[in-house]
Amino acid sequence: MSIKLEHVNYIYEPDTAFPVHATDDVSLEIHDGEFIALIGHTGSGKSTLIQHLNGLIHPTSGTIYYNGKNIADADFSMKELRSKVGLVFQYPEHQLFEMDVFTDVCFGPKNLGLSEEEIEQRAKDALEMVGLDESYYKQSPFELSGGQKRRVAIAGVLAMKPEVLILDEPTAGLDPKGRDEILDQVAWLHKNSHMTIILVSHSMEDVARYAQRLIVMNKGKVMFDATPVEVFRHYKELETMGLAAPQVTYIAHALKEHGLDINTDVTTVEEAKKEILRLWRQRTC
Amino acid sequence: MNLIKIAKLIFEYAKYGEDGSVVGTSRAIDNVSIDIEKGSFVAVLGHNGSGKSTLAKHLNAILLPTEGTVWIGEDDTKNPDALWDIRQRAGMVFQNPDNQIIANVVEEDVAFGPENIGVPTRDIWRRVDESLKAVGMTAFRKKSPNKLSGGQKQRVAIAGVMAMKPDCIILDEPTAMLDPHGREDVIRTVHELNKQENITVVLITHYMEEVIDADRIIVMDEGKVVMDGTPKEIFSKVDQLKKYRLDVPQVTELAYELKKEGVPLEDGILTIEELVDALCQ
Amino acid sequence: MLRDITIGQYYAVESPIHRLDPRVKLAGTLLYIVSLFVAEGIICYLLAAVFLGLVVRLSKVPLKYMVRGLKSIVFLLLLSVSFNIFLTEGRVIFQVGFLRITVEGLVIAAFMAVRLILLILGSTLMTLTTTPNNLTDGLEKSLGFLNKIHVPVHDMAMMMSIALRFIPILIEETDKIMKAQMARGADFESGNIIKKAKAMVPLLVPLFVSAFRRASDLAMAMEARCYHGGEGRTKMKPLHYNGRDLMVYGILIVYLAVMIGLRIAMPV
Repeated sequence: MSIKLEHVNYIYEPDTAFPVHATDDVSLEIHDGEFIALIGHTGSGKSTLIQHLNGLIHPTSGTIYYNGKNIADADFSMKELRSKVGLVFQYPEHQLFEMDVFTDVCFGPKNLGLSEEEIEQRAKDALEMVGLDESYYKQSPFELSGGQKRRVAIAGVLAMKPEVLILDEPTAGLDPKGRDEILDQVAWLHKNSHMTIILVSHSMEDVARYAQRLIVMNKGKVMFDATPVEVFRHYKELETMGLAAPQVTYIAHALKEHGLDINTDVTTVEEAKKEILRLWRQRTC
Repeated sequence: MNLIKIAKLIFEYAKYGEDGSVVGTSRAIDNVSIDIEKGSFVAVLGHNGSGKSTLAKHLNAILLPTEGTVWIGEDDTKNPDALWDIRQRAGMVFQNPDNQIIANVVEEDVAFGPENIGVPTRDIWRRVDESLKAVGMTAFRKKSPNKLSGGQKQRVAIAGVMAMKPDCIILDEPTAMLDPHGREDVIRTVHELNKQENITVVLITHYMEEVIDADRIIVMDEGKVVMDGTPKEIFSKVDQLKKYRLDVPQVTELAYELKKEGVPLEDGILTIEELVDALCQ
Repeated sequence: MLRDITIGQYYAVESPIHRLDPRVKLAGTLLYIVSLFVAEGIICYLLAAVFLGLVVRLSKVPLKYMVRGLKSIVFLLLLSVSFNIFLTEGRVIFQVGFLRITVEGLVIAAFMAVRLILLILGSTLMTLTTTPNNLTDGLEKSLGFLNKIHVPVHDMAMMMSIALRFIPILIEETDKIMKAQMARGADFESGNIIKKAKAMVPLLVPLFVSAFRRASDLAMAMEARCYHGGEGRTKMKPLHYNGRDLMVYGILIVYLAVMIGLRIAMPV
């Protein structure tokens, strides 16, 4: 499984006086089993980019290959693509509509034309994956808490059995605990089901903690595409794009400026703690 | 001098069964007493469902106490004759920027409040000018709110409250739906209003980075006030905060972890400078 | 796909027509529609067309932009034209089966089409040159007398202005929900009417839920800003007539008088 984008351009309202270049010559490849974080400030083109990946919008120019097949080909099944590349939009709980949780999760597999048995099995599996047990099945999705609603909505996409799961700011509006719970669940999915994960996020702290690869977008272009450690070395350039590095990276740089021999490639609290303790013990010995 | 006085506040709402009958009550606020000083910047923290939003709605008489009393200045919020006076003095900004802008043009939205309280036309214009300037949105006054970013919309909402010449602004999770840029913008604006116009601010949030500059932090859990102090005092209790489903800024967490390992650091470090200075001594 | 709505959209330029008091424009539109129904014969229609042409010219709205708004009524136009062509009795010039075309039919159909087009263009011009807010203010003020018979004019005007603010937001939201359901394999395009109607449920339920949430949020926000109906309310931009507005009233009356005069002087 892989998704490959070649020179993808997308222009909003090309016929008007103000065409907007939402993605500008984007080329990249997404490999099986990766955990990718996509970052960029609002309007950087990341939402447009992810909608290309499951064919919700078509590039103005350029080509997208799914498993080597051009998705613009006439014989390419869009339905299959949408089931293989699951997209969870921002505030996904706003799309819940059925009378109970279970039926809502069934909506996706039902659209795939599966057997009754298969549909129910998938719904059960999906709800289990997001940590909701049977006691929730018959509840109305509208009466759940914010975090629970969001889980149901994510289960609705997981029930399609996607190979790639794209989440657009899955933690927006949740409190810190709710945020950690959702992200831990996503990390668990990545580890146990070998799904490819693409996480759109504004939080550099979260991104550093979970992702293996970071794609940074600015004004429709891919500016960086590397590991978090490598990308955060460019923290000054990130700032010019309205982004930043995690707070601990700044701490490391500040300590370095004060003459400490610290490795500045730290991106999480854990790493920073180790590095500072190492220095501390050296000094006190 | 206290601007807001909350005494033994209890708020309960009815729970309904499947057939629509009342099956019991749920206590959202449980015996809360708080005094808020004029001109102060108070942050109220708590996870979703801790009662912090319910508390905020009492300060503007949108909700009335089941038991206990809330005073804004001299006025008891339960006094119906004082209702408009209270709402003018304690302005409120809500979470969703789209759902609180009423007019189709920025300046007309800012005028909405003053129009409602019967301010003469000429004064409305002056107030709109001043309020837009105070939040830095003058350049956008003729624009449609739909063309603004989330952070800009929230600043328009704040200007709308400022135009009523309030003593106090209550912001109910104003940044929950914004990106980091918009969040910074809104928080900076609120701090400026607090310092320059001496407006009392009550900021309700669950983003810890937003509260480190507050004068006072109140932490709520299950409808009760569980912590109350300066940022330094609150953030020195990392374990306790985590118990209440809250977070601390990375620098505070790092300092706390280092201290546990024996590095001699003081409690409640809030900024990078503090930590670096302490480590490089 | 949901953005091609020109009728009811404001075209932002500075022009004498834009600057007119909305009440004048409302009255003018009404008067113009009346004049179209008074009109009879080629001279009347010519006068109406020239009059509208002049106003459009003054308004600085490009004609092309206005014509685009006509697209939405093409069907209505064709329908009424074909009714008139085929159902009018008179001198037959062409016949297939029971369908026949008569000279009278053609003439009436042509006048009908011109009348409809002028009518639509005339009323579109009003919305193109008046901001929705201004329009609501104008309506509120000119219908103010209805307050005396307990018609809640202020509340209706407020509702209209809020609806105008939320239409673009809800359109965007519809787009978003549609995409989200499509990502779950929903199909909004294929199938017969019943299947299509059923496919709308996953779109409409979330849309209604969201609209209700927005409505209750908005009501709370309005109350928090001391809104309590129209009583004792002042205005940031109260409406005032000035000389230009009065002059336009004069011109409108002269125009209608000429129209009526022509109709009486030249009976068909």
